Amino acid sequence: MRRALLAILFFAALVAIWSALVRANIWSPVLLPAPGQVARYLAHAFQDGTLLTATGVTLRRLLIGYAIGLAIGLPLGLLTASSKFVEDTIGVMALGLQTLPSVCWVPLALLWFGQTEGAMLFVVIMGTVWSVVIATDTGVRTIPPIYARAARTMGSKPLHKWIYVILPASLPFLVSGMKQGWAFAWRSLMAAEIYVTILTGFGLGHLLHYGRELNAMDQVIGIMLVIIFIGLLADKTLFSPWERFLHRRWGTGRT
Amino acid sequence: MSLQEELQGPPPAKLVVEHVSKWFQQKRQTVHALDDVSLEVAEGEFIVIVGRSGCGKSTLLDIIAGLEKPDKGNVMADNQPVLHPGRHRLVMFQESALFPWLNAFGNVMFGLKLKPGLRNSERREVAKFFLHLVGLKKFMQANVHELSGGMKQRVALARALAPNPRVLLMDEPFAALDAMTREQLYGDIQRIWEKRRKTIIFVTHNVREAACLADRVVIMSPTPGRIREVFEVSLPRPRDFNSIEIAEHASKLTAALKEHGAHAAVTGL
Repeated sequence: MRRALLAILFFAALVAIWSALVRANIWSPVLLPAPGQVARYLAHAFQDGTLLTATGVTLRRLLIGYAIGLAIGLPLGLLTASSKFVEDTIGVMALGLQTLPSVCWVPLALLWFGQTEGAMLFVVIMGTVWSVVIATDTGVRTIPPIYARAARTMGSKPLHKWIYVILPASLPFLVSGMKQGWAFAWRSLMAAEIYVTILTGFGLGHLLHYGRELNAMDQVIGIMLVIIFIGLLADKTLFSPWERFLHRRWGTGRT
Repeated sequence: MSLQEELQGPPPAKLVVEHVSKWFQQKRQTVHALDDVSLEVAEGEFIVIVGRSGCGKSTLLDIIAGLEKPDKGNVMADNQPVLHPGRHRLVMFQESALFPWLNAFGNVMFGLKLKPGLRNSERREVAKFFLHLVGLKKFMQANVHELSGGMKQRVALARALAPNPRVLLMDEPFAALDAMTREQLYGDIQRIWEKRRKTIIFVTHNVREAACLADRVVIMSPTPGRIREVFEVSLPRPRDFNSIEIAEHASKLTAALKEHGAHAAVTGL
């Protein structure tokens, strides 16, 4: 309770400072709109449905791209951790591609797919897959070999060992890999939406982009806040419960 | 197999190690880990292998378990050659090697689920029985990290006993525990062994532990790993770790280890 109160105070203070800066009139209100103006924009966009539609479009793209990214990334990561050949080939490629900022995929996607949903999906998948591969690979490699040895003496065969020992043992790493993948997917999608203008649906990135084109700073800041809020919400609702459960079971970190 | 038979367990196995040699290829050199090691272990015998680190005692245990293959010679369990790990020869490791994603009960169930011919309700009965036997009735649902070091090794013992192996291989199982806990476990393991007779091969570098537990103590020396001497310990059981007889036997073992140039890493505690 006390922690929640302090957090609320902190964010109230941030808004107060923002408000004070606007009133000090250092910058033009075109560049720095008042908090109230941003709130009015958000309320208006919410009422006429723009905000909800855009959020829906964005989240659908994100979830599809993320799911495909996980479906490719997790098995690939398990493979790179278990085969020297895959490690030396796909593993090295994943490491290289992971260092490539996801916005760098946009020009290529535009040329290959044009202004389509496919381009958007491609960028999200490319942004997700490699970090998931790396995290899964690291996870499997950090499992103490004694677990597999103990399982073998109890009669565990390779397939059984993978399902009942390697996978659960690497669960903490898989979850952090999935979390990292989510963050990368989110970043990639925003980059894609800002650059790829298509008519099949306006996402949050598009609203941000048009805010800039129209010089509507209230829209730009408002949409940024929505994007931050969605990211926070995903972290708190999707990943935190998992992490708390794992910490309790494994006895790691704070409970 | 009925639950009653399952809880009584099969007869212990006879083990024969025949002229086993093993080399390990390392970056710069080949290490001769075991040189022509032969050992016969009778049904239900408690063998303790003592030697300094690097004498190949853990390698020998791995070969008997089927986790490693010998380069020469072979191991026979009940006249069958050992080619793979198998649930008739279970290993209890130094670190508990318990699975942190399962609770105590789940860990004991792991090996049981791999054993065919039992109903799941029977498996649960067996797991409970063995957790009772090691005195952890109240901690069945505990997560691994909530258990003390001694309790973890008790769970590991229950996990190794539950699928009813005919041979139990113990690789310095108490090395990481404090002295008090260890002494308690010496009592427990003797009590359990009286009830559930298994062929046991127990590896340690602690001579007193060896004297306290063994029917026969096998002394090994390093580079290359060889068996040097075999001592009989014919004291009545249960044995008290702190008795004078145990101390006398231990000092004989220490003397033998020194004679074979293997004293450096031996502790007397």
